[in-house]
Amino acid sequence: MASGQQWVLVEMVQAFYEAPAYHLILEGFLILWIVRLLFSKTYKLQERSDLTEKEKEELIEDWQPEPLVPLVSKDHPPPKYDVVSGPTSHKIIVNGKECINFASFNFLGLLDNERVKNQALTSLKKYGVGTCGPRGFYGTFDVHLELEERLAKFMRTEEAIIYSYGFATIASAIPAYSKRGDIVFVDEAACFSIQKGLQASRSNIKYFKHNDMDDLERLLKELETEDQENPRKARVTRRFIVVEGLYINTGDICPLPELVQLKYKYKVRILLEESLSFGVLGEHGRGVTEHFGVNIDDIDLISANMENSLASIGGFCCGRSFVIDHQRLSGQGYCFSASLPPMLAAAAIEALNIMEEDIDIFRLLRDKCKHIHSALQGISGLEVVGESISPAFHLQLEKSTGSRELDVKLLRGIIDYCMNRQIALTQAHYLDKEERFLPPPSIRVVVTIEQTEEELEKAASLIKEAAQHILQHTVLGH
Amino acid sequence: MLIRMTESSVKKLSNGDRCYRASNGVKPGKNGCVKNHYLYQKQHCYPEEKIYHVAHNGGLYKRPFNEVFEETPMLVAVLTYMGYGILTLFGYLRDFLRDWKIEKCQNATEREEQKDFVPLYQDFENFYTRNLYMRIRDSWNRPICSVPGAKFDVMDRVSYDYNWTFKYTGKVVKDVINMGSYNYLGFAENHGLCADAAADVTMKYGVGVSSTRREMGNLAKHEELEKLVARFLGVEAAMAFGMGFATNSMNIPALVGKGCLILSDELNHASLVLGARLSGATIRVFKHNNMQSLEKLLRDAIVHGQPRTHRPWKKILILVEGIYSMEGSIIRLPEVIALKKKYKAFLYLDEAHSIGALGPSGKGVVEYFGLDPKDVDIMMGTFTKSFGAAGGYIGGKKELIDYLFTHSHSAVYATSMSPPVVEQIITSMKCIMGEDGTSFGRDRIQQLAENTRYFRRKLQEMGFIIYGNNDSPVVPLMLYMPAKIGAFGREMLKRNIGVVVVGFPATPIIESRARFCLSAAHTKEMLDTALRMISEVGDLLQLKYSRHLLVPLLDRPFETTYEENEE
Repeated sequence: MASGQQWVLVEMVQAFYEAPAYHLILEGFLILWIVRLLFSKTYKLQERSDLTEKEKEELIEDWQPEPLVPLVSKDHPPPKYDVVSGPTSHKIIVNGKECINFASFNFLGLLDNERVKNQALTSLKKYGVGTCGPRGFYGTFDVHLELEERLAKFMRTEEAIIYSYGFATIASAIPAYSKRGDIVFVDEAACFSIQKGLQASRSNIKYFKHNDMDDLERLLKELETEDQENPRKARVTRRFIVVEGLYINTGDICPLPELVQLKYKYKVRILLEESLSFGVLGEHGRGVTEHFGVNIDDIDLISANMENSLASIGGFCCGRSFVIDHQRLSGQGYCFSASLPPMLAAAAIEALNIMEEDIDIFRLLRDKCKHIHSALQGISGLEVVGESISPAFHLQLEKSTGSRELDVKLLRGIIDYCMNRQIALTQAHYLDKEERFLPPPSIRVVVTIEQTEEELEKAASLIKEAAQHILQHTVLGH
Repeated sequence: MLIRMTESSVKKLSNGDRCYRASNGVKPGKNGCVKNHYLYQKQHCYPEEKIYHVAHNGGLYKRPFNEVFEETPMLVAVLTYMGYGILTLFGYLRDFLRDWKIEKCQNATEREEQKDFVPLYQDFENFYTRNLYMRIRDSWNRPICSVPGAKFDVMDRVSYDYNWTFKYTGKVVKDVINMGSYNYLGFAENHGLCADAAADVTMKYGVGVSSTRREMGNLAKHEELEKLVARFLGVEAAMAFGMGFATNSMNIPALVGKGCLILSDELNHASLVLGARLSGATIRVFKHNNMQSLEKLLRDAIVHGQPRTHRPWKKILILVEGIYSMEGSIIRLPEVIALKKKYKAFLYLDEAHSIGALGPSGKGVVEYFGLDPKDVDIMMGTFTKSFGAAGGYIGGKKELIDYLFTHSHSAVYATSMSPPVVEQIITSMKCIMGEDGTSFGRDRIQQLAENTRYFRRKLQEMGFIIYGNNDSPVVPLMLYMPAKIGAFGREMLKRNIGVVVVGFPATPIIESRARFCLSAAHTKEMLDTALRMISEVGDLLQLKYSRHLLVPLLDRPFETTYEENEE
C-alpha cells in the first residue's frame, strides 16, 4: 500500500519535469486565478443595501401609497343599479314599474313554479337554510347526493358533482386538471368565469378566433410540430380545448362535431361550459351534445350552472367518474366552500323533475326564440347577434358612434324607453378592463317560455320604436 | 395527502417549526391576568396558568391574550414520521402489486378510446390519495340527513372494498352530537323566527334570481341586507355576495394589482390565497400571527421597493383572518393595526369564523379587542357560519363599497344571492343585534363564550394538547399520528359524537388533529357527554400527550419567507 503510493508520487514528480514549459505556465496562471477567486470580495446577486436605520426611517416616512380605491370625482357618481322589488319572475317590478321580464335567464319559467317552491319549502322545514360546513366536514346532505345522482342520470353521464356557486364551477374545474405548463386552447368569446379559471390554472393559454375551427386547427398543428421537436415534453403536457355550448357573449353555438373530430385527431381533451345551453338545447334539454347528436362520453367534462334553466343557485360538472371524482379533492370551490343550502338543491331536483316530465317546454322555448328573432330583424341601426334558437341573444348597434361610452348611453336610452312601456331589458355588462376580448356593447334579450306571443310582439315592436326614436334622434342631433 | 377537503390552505411544509410558535412575535410582557371588562366572562384561574404568556405589548391589548401551542413531544414526532414511513413503504408495495396485477386496481380508468392521450393525472399525484387517504376516507364526507344543529342524524354507510366505494344501508344514526359544524350561534334551525321568515320569502320570491346584481338581479332585499350588515359592523357601507369563498377570490383582484404587494399570513384560507394570486400582485408570506415577521416584511418592502426596478410599491395590503380555522388562534389585531398605521398599509380582515363568534355583542374580532372598525380597511366575513346561511360580505368606507359595486367580479358576472338565504341572514342578524326585541341573540353569544371556556378548560385538564386561543370556539386537539386520524373519527362516531379530523395537507405533516367547533346550541349535558367520550377515546388511543410544559419563545431570526411573483 505504502510503496504503491510512493510510486505514484514519484511518477507525478516525473510528469512535472517532463511537462512542457507553456503547460506549467498556464497551470500556474490558473492556480493563481483560483486563488484570486477564492479571496476576492464575495459578489452578491442581490444588491446589498447599506442604508442606515435613519435612512430607512426616512424612506418609510416618505412612502405614500396610492389610495385603496381610486378617488371618484363628484361628477361621475357610481352607476346606480336597477332595483327590483319582489321576485325576478315573468312579471317584475323594476324601479317601481311593473314590467315583463326580458332580462333574467329564467328560460323555463321555473323560478316562479309552485311545485319548485313547495319542494324548497319542505326542504327548509327539514334542514333549515345553511349547511354550516364544507362537503368534507358534515356539509354533505342526502339531498346533495340525490341531486348529483339525478343530474348524472339526466345528462346520461357516470357522475356529477355540485358546487354552491355557478361562477365558481368552471372556474374551479379548469385549474383542477390544467396546471402550470399545460396548454389550453380557448375560444376568444369565452365567458368571464372561464377566463378566471384559466388564470388560476397558470397554464399556457392559446386563444383561437370565435368558432373558427380552421384557426383552432392551425394552432393545433403548430403544437404538433413543437411536439415533434420536443417529444419528451409533449408526453407530459396535458392539452385541453375549452368552449361554451351556447356563448353568453355572442349567442352562438359551438361547432361541437368538428371539435370532437379535432379532439381525436390531435388528442386534446374538451371541457365544455353549458350554463346557457343546459336545459335549452336538444330534444330533452341535455344541451349542445344532444343538439348535435354527439356522444356525451366524447366530451371529457361538462360544466353548467343551475342558476338559469333550473332557476336555483349553484353549478355542477358531469362526465366520467375518472374525470369528475378528481374534483372532490382538487376542486377548490368544492373543497373549501360551504356546501349548497339543501333547499336550493331540493329546488333543483324538482326543476329536473319538471324538465323530465315535459319535454315540450324545450320545443316551446325554441319556437318563441325563433319568433322574436325574426320579429327583430331589419331594425335600422340595430343588429341581432346570435343563433335564432338561442334564448339569450344580443342587439348591437349597427354602427358604433366610435365611443364606447356613447354607445352604452344610446343603448341605455333604448332600455329606458322600453322599461317605461312595461318591457324590462338589460345591457350585457362587462368589466371593460378585465375582459380579454371585450365584446361590443349590447342589449341582451332573454326569452322565456312564460312570455306570450303578444308580449314577444310587443317587445319587438317597442324595441323597433325605441331604436327609431333614439338612434334617429342622435344621428340628427350630431 | 390525507385530506385535502379541509378549510385551511397550507402552501408549504413547515413541520417542526411551528411548535415554537407560542406567543410568537411579542416580547414577553408581564405575566398575569388583566381584569376582564366583559360581564359574561368568568375568571378561571387554572393551575397551568403559568404556562401562558400573556401579551400586553405596551397596553395595546385591553384583555389577556392567552394563546398556546404546546411543543410536539419528541417521541411522538419520531413515531409519527415512522408511521408515515411505513405507510409510504406499504403504498409502494401495493402499487407494485397493482402493476403486476396481483392486487385488483380499483381506480376508475381512462376510456379505451383515450388511452393514447397525455395522461390526465400524473401517477405520483394520486399516490397518497390511493394509498393513505383511501385507508381512512370514511372519516370525511359523511352525509347527514337533518339540520346541522347541536345534534344531527348521520346516514349509515358501509364499505366492502376498503373505502373505494360506499353503500348506504338505509339506516340512520340518530342524535349524534355535532362537534363539527360551524354553527357557532346555533342559527342552523328548521323552526323558529329565521326559518319562518325564510319560508315566507321562499313562497313569495322562489329560490333563484337568474341574473346578476349589475343586470336584473339587484333585489331591494339585497340592499336591505347590505344596509343592515353595515349597521351591524359599524362601517359606512357593505356589499353582500353569494359565496364566501368567491367573496375573497373575486374581490381581492379588484383592489390590488400589478405593482402592489400583498402580505399574507402563511395559514390563510385557500380563498384568500386564490384571490391574491388572481390579482397579479406580488405575494409575500409571513409566519402565522407573527408580528415580527410581518413588520420585517413591511419595512423591507418599503425600503427596497419592488424587486429589480426598486420602484416604490403602489400599495401594500395585509391579508389576515380573525380566527384561523385549523389553529384556533385569534389574530393579534391590535398589533396588526398598529403596524398597518405605522407603515401606511391597508388591512383586509377575513372574519369568516370570528363574526358572530367573538366580541360581547358578536361583532367579531374587532369588538373582541375593543378596537374601532374604521381602522380595518376591508372587513370581510361570511354568512355561512354564525348566521346559518350562505354567502359573504365586505364592509368598509363608502368609497370602497361604491368602487366594488362597479368593479367587483361577483357583482357583474355572478348570479345574486338567493332571496330566502338573504332573509335568513337578515333575521338572524337582527336577532343578534337585539332588534327583534328579545335577548335571544345576546344569550347565544354569552352561551357560546361560556361553552368555549368550559370545553377548552376541561380538555386541558384531561391532558390533551389543544391549540389556539382560550376564547376561540374552534378547538383543535392534537392527534399527530396518521393512524389515529381515522381511529379517532371512527371511535367518536361509535360513541355518537360527530367530529372533524384533519391531516396533511391541511395541517403540517406531523400535526394531524381533530377539530371541535363549539356552538351556542350545545347544552352543558351535551358537552359533558362529549368530554366524557373524548376522554375515553383519548385513553384508548393514548392521546393525552400534554406535559404542560413551558413553551419556548420565538427568539430565533426568521428565515426569509418565499415570494411569489405573477408574471
